[in-house]
Amino acid sequence: MSTGIVSRGQNTALGAALIAVAVFGALVAAALWRGAAPGAWAVTGSLAGLAGFLALWTRAGSDQRTSFLGATVIGLPYAWLLALFLVPFAIVLKISLSDVALARPPYMPQYDPAQGWAGVVDLVRELDFENFVFLTTDDLYWKAYLSSFRIAAIATACTLLIGYPIAYGMARAPKEWQATLLMLVILPFWTSFLIRVYSLMGILGNEGVLNGALIRAGLVSEPIQILNTQMAVYIGIVYTYLPFMILPIYAALEKMDESLLEAAEDLGCSRLQAFWLVTFPLSRGGIIAGCFLVFIPTMGEFVIPSLLGGAGTLMIGKVLWEEFFNNLAWPQASAVAVVLLLILIIPIVLFQRSEEKAREAGK
Amino acid sequence: MAQTVFAPWNDPEEKPLIQFRNVTKRFGDFTAIDRLTQDIYAREFFALLGPSGCGKTTLMRMLAGFERPTEGQILLGGQDLSQIPANQRSVNMMFQSYALFPHLTVWDNIAFGLKRAKKPKAEIEARVKEMLRLTRLEQFASRKPHQISGGQRQRVALARSLARAPKLLLLDEPLGALDKKLREETQFELMDIQEKTGTTFIIVTHDQEEAMTVASRVAVMDHGRIVQVDTPDRIYEAPNSVYVADFIGDVNLFHGVAKSRAERAPAPAARPLPEPETPEAEDALREMQEEAARKPQPTALGMALHDKVLAPIVGKWLDQQPKALPMPDPAPATGVTEAAAPAPVRTPDAPQASASTPTAATQPPAIPPGGLEIHWHAGQPPLVASNGPEALAGRNVVLSLRPEKISISKERPTAANVLQGKVIDIAYLGNISTYYVKLADGTMVKAQAANTRRISRRGITWEDTVWLSFTATAGVVLEDDT
Ligand SMILES: Nc1ncnc2c1ncn2[C@@H]1O[C@H](COP(=O)(O)OP(=O)(O)OP(=O)(O)O)[C@@H](O)[C@H]1O
Ligand SMILES: [Mg+2]
Repeated sequence: MSTGIVSRGQNTALGAALIAVAVFGALVAAALWRGAAPGAWAVTGSLAGLAGFLALWTRAGSDQRTSFLGATVIGLPYAWLLALFLVPFAIVLKISLSDVALARPPYMPQYDPAQGWAGVVDLVRELDFENFVFLTTDDLYWKAYLSSFRIAAIATACTLLIGYPIAYGMARAPKEWQATLLMLVILPFWTSFLIRVYSLMGILGNEGVLNGALIRAGLVSEPIQILNTQMAVYIGIVYTYLPFMILPIYAALEKMDESLLEAAEDLGCSRLQAFWLVTFPLSRGGIIAGCFLVFIPTMGEFVIPSLLGGAGTLMIGKVLWEEFFNNLAWPQASAVAVVLLLILIIPIVLFQRSEEKAREAGK
Repeated sequence: MAQTVFAPWNDPEEKPLIQFRNVTKRFGDFTAIDRLTQDIYAREFFALLGPSGCGKTTLMRMLAGFERPTEGQILLGGQDLSQIPANQRSVNMMFQSYALFPHLTVWDNIAFGLKRAKKPKAEIEARVKEMLRLTRLEQFASRKPHQISGGQRQRVALARSLARAPKLLLLDEPLGALDKKLREETQFELMDIQEKTGTTFIIVTHDQEEAMTVASRVAVMDHGRIVQVDTPDRIYEAPNSVYVADFIGDVNLFHGVAKSRAERAPAPAARPLPEPETPEAEDALREMQEEAARKPQPTALGMALHDKVLAPIVGKWLDQQPKALPMPDPAPATGVTEAAAPAPVRTPDAPQASASTPTAATQPPAIPPGGLEIHWHAGQPPLVASNGPEALAGRNVVLSLRPEKISISKERPTAANVLQGKVIDIAYLGNISTYYVKLADGTMVKAQAANTRRISRRGITWEDTVWLSFTATAGVVLEDDT
């Protein structure tokens, strides 16, 4: 049907116009945030985009408008991603390719809107990969990446070992209890993350609650050094990220049909065999999702190692923070961030792939 | 041909394979199985029939070991089942919900139990292949359960439970999702397996035809109890309660009060042929006689030649006796049996029945004496049931009558029971038709007739006034427990 094609074409045009307006808006906002006055180009650009959008909108039929609304609802997440991920990433990438400068902001070159297109060309010409090369000269960086990877991997494994039995117990609990148990898992989110980490300091410190209790119970005579060791980092990560592990595994186990276990037993399995041959494979999707949800943010974690890990804990998030705020080396810090992102893209893509597979299998 | 009938339940020597001893199962305060006692024998094909929620699955789950009886005991081969964990029973169950492993292929699902039994690889492969062939799933071996149709899934579940060749197989509605043809084929496959391997089957089904086809015995359940266990034909022909009669097949129920029948004069003698009982039989008989009259008949010499010379060589050529349709009800359950009846032939001109009904029947119907008379409606003649147990005289009873035992005709037939009504609806089922006839008092009666001949009955149509008739032994008199 030709009308269908026309309306679909128009919908795409409307969507594109809206996204253009959103991008322009984001750029203008970014410019404002940096303290630069939005030039006439920004205003006219935005207005032109808006005008184009309105023109298309008024020309569209009413049913096209409603179907456009539907398309917008689907398109919104993409606009969101664009505005809050791709645009900031582009800015960070640009900074990572710049040079350190004693200025505000502390890098060169700056984009000069007054020069128009020539400014863009000048800007691109001055960018280089110096900072990335610099990362390879100092072994602090790759050691930090490696150490982050190690800590994230071990912490993820610990979270899985603790989270799986909890999720299993929740899924096997009487139905009327499950909502309450779920609530208890989510409850910590009601308190600020920072406050929870600070209170962990209070618990784990040498004069903290834990050591106090141990000494009073006569189990130890001297306080054990937990705070400012990697142990504290692991405890912090496991504690903080446990819900991200429990929830997907619980979701997978909860929808599993219990008669499958009966069937397995009927066919000669012991309880343990039935777990390994049926329950575990069927919760694999949840395990993978949980591991990625813990591993990916832990890789870049900065608050927990800096508050609980002390000087001895090397993690890339901490290095990044120090570069950024202590050394004011924005370009180097940005390069560290870009490399971190590139490293994380691998597990993120793997995660996406497994999610897709799970969705297909669930059909 | 001395084929012994398979009926271990009649043999007091036989040891039952499964014994339910006063088993009760409660879920909270809901009683799913109610003081059930039942023996099931090895090599039986035991069918459980009953309305939804009557406890069939619960019964099976107790046998498989997923539920424990709240009270009572279940013995398998003399051993208390509660001592044997589910994974060590030589029992396999096919689940009503199939319970296929979604992460395994069809092949792996079927092989699952064999692998647990640590069978050698080649044996597993051969067995799975055989099961795939049996259930016609060869093409789907490498698919996952979500990639096949509902009926195919059901077949995978069946194959998986059959694969281990257990002593006892529990099939919870194994064929419900299959088309009629495949279902019938699979039924025969199951019977074949049963015959070859001697496996004991317990099968739940909502398809009564299926139960009748495959089962050695059928148990009808109601609210956690077994109300009757019997061979399929007895369940159908001799239900022990109104519930069973009503649940199995189609039935007409006449509620009324039973009276002992006044003893009639000696049964009409001289019955050279079995008395035609239904108008169809009469038609058939007449046609045959007409045909015989048209054909040349052998003389005495011809007869002798035939008997002495021809018959030994080529077998009997001529029928001495004219053929007749067999009697649908060979032996009335009570009162005088056929053998005890006054010998026929001897008194060819015995006084014609004074029992001649006041209605204008030219020939009195042959009503065996004894039994009951059911007064069921003021405006209707009492129904005669010569097979009714006299112990029920004076009680509220129900005459249960299968539609195929009622004849329908446009002219008034001579029969023990004759009712008049109007055809309200006709359900044409191909091989048979069911007529819904409304009697004068508004009672609806179903009558069935086979669509075999092109005779008067074919002319019956909507709104016609028709006569329904049935013999004195066609129905079953049951105590009215409702
Ligand atoms: N786990 C349970 N908890 C409570 N009640 C139950 C449970 N299992 C079964 N019941 C009840 O016991 C009764 C018998 O259930 P069962 O599954 O044996 O029925 P069924 O005869 O197999 O029915 P259908 O033909 O529908 O499969 C039903 O009323 C059901 O609601
Ligand atoms: Mg059931």
